[in-house]
Amino acid sequence: MLHLFAPGSVQQLAQGGDTHLPAPGGISLRVEGVSKVFPARSGSVEALRPVNVDIAAGEFVCLLGPSGCGKSTLLSIIAGLESASSGKVLADGKEVRGAGTDRVLLFQEAALFPWLDVQGNVEFGLRQAGIRAKERVEIARRFIEIVHLKGFERSFVHQLSGGMRQRVAIARALAIDPAILLMDEPFGALDALTRDRLHDELESIWTETRKTVVFVTHNVREAVALGDRVLVFSPRPGRIVAEFRIDLPRPRSLEDHQLVSLASDIMTVLRDAMGTQEQEEIDGKSN
Amino acid sequence: MARAISAPVKRERVTRAALTTWIRRIAFYVLLLVAWQMFANTGIIPTYNLPGPIDVVGSLVNLFQSGQLVPAIGATMERLVIGYALSLVIGVILGLLIGCFRTVEDTVGSLVLGLQALPSVCWLPLGILWFGLNDQAIIFVVAMGAIFSITLGVNEGIKNTPPVYLKAARNLGARGLALSVQVILPAALPAIFSGLKQGWTFAWRSLMAGELIYFTVSLGNLLQQGRDNLDPAQVMAVMVVIIAISVVIENLIFSPVERRMRERRGLGSQRA
Repeated sequence: MLHLFAPGSVQQLAQGGDTHLPAPGGISLRVEGVSKVFPARSGSVEALRPVNVDIAAGEFVCLLGPSGCGKSTLLSIIAGLESASSGKVLADGKEVRGAGTDRVLLFQEAALFPWLDVQGNVEFGLRQAGIRAKERVEIARRFIEIVHLKGFERSFVHQLSGGMRQRVAIARALAIDPAILLMDEPFGALDALTRDRLHDELESIWTETRKTVVFVTHNVREAVALGDRVLVFSPRPGRIVAEFRIDLPRPRSLEDHQLVSLASDIMTVLRDAMGTQEQEEIDGKSN
Repeated sequence: MARAISAPVKRERVTRAALTTWIRRIAFYVLLLVAWQMFANTGIIPTYNLPGPIDVVGSLVNLFQSGQLVPAIGATMERLVIGYALSLVIGVILGLLIGCFRTVEDTVGSLVLGLQALPSVCWLPLGILWFGLNDQAIIFVVAMGAIFSITLGVNEGIKNTPPVYLKAARNLGARGLALSVQVILPAALPAIFSGLKQGWTFAWRSLMAGELIYFTVSLGNLLQQGRDNLDPAQVMAVMVVIIAISVVIENLIFSPVERRMRERRGLGSQRA
């Protein structure tokens, strides 16, 4: 694996340590030689070359790469919803076997249950955990408020906009208090304004809870705006080709010139890793 | 929200459209009845073969006053409810098993597909052999008529459950029974409901067939009795009652439940 660390100029922007931040509510995550090969009609398709990642407790890491580079697959494997062809995933030092409520995956399409209203969706995980009805209602209320959906408790999924659905999904995930949030292009289908607002909300939730976040995206600026670190993936078969530490102060503005120039640095690396064909694809998608 | 603002306007338009539909419908039936009565009055077909609607209504009143109609409806409905309830329980369990276990699908699933193709009246001779010519045989036929439709509906619903719901649910800690009851079943509900509706029509048909053969207090028997007495007005009167029961069950039980389910999920209502 090739490790390309961010230029020194970026590291000078360090925020002065994490001393004022609350203790991490998240746990560490370690990916050891995880690969994925899908069986196909003509032989097999290699989706993910062996990947090694170390993520500290409470860290916000973005996985950046073009569509189909296997980053979503890696996220599913970390979530325990898909098995790896080789290697293993360690959460807080313990090997991951199957899905667990310490790692919750958020999907691009929100994946809310249409037969439940907002309240029911947020309560879903709590119900599985065997929490009593009265307590469930209270916890759900609190998280619905955190994502600014007070008053929509009784709304059904089809009555909500895309951004509201993602908020419900975030509340549903946070309600069961996972240590790790795995986000699979959760804002990819949203308009730019809604996306910006959700970035801010996610950042403030993360700052308060200090959960470990692994965020998959193909949007370079989104990755730079949110991540402590950005891991750049090559096209299929996916592998990490570069790693950037982002020490810009938070909250970050997408218009901030340091952010913009860092994003273009990363874009250059990404271009190098890709063929001309994929280049055009990512140009189109990251704007 | 725009949705909230547009709702009253939309509702008003809907009621007006519904009103127009009803006016057309009532006008059609009035015309049909008048035409039927006029045709019967011409005597081209003798009234002992084709009575007019007035005779049919008279026969209906007779059946009611003689105290035959209400017990017959009661007995028929009882068989329907018992038979359908049985098929509901067995059908849902069978559907869940086929939907959730590959082995059951490969084996029992193929059998169900085959049995579904069999018109349910064909179970009647077997039912009579097994249970004798009695209520049980008829309930057996009713249940057999509906079970496989319900089974296939449940199975189809499970197969078409979007995998992302299952992933999300597993990720949020749902396992085993909770996953089946709280996720797979509700996700499959629209398809299950089609199965239930189809099952009910099959059950209803098999019940009538069974009652025509088995001599007891029942609507089917009143039909048969009308034939024995060479009284087409009674036959038609009972047919009207049977149609009315179907319409009532359809509109009072199935349609409202289905509409509510579809509205909740934003699936849009199907025009009846």
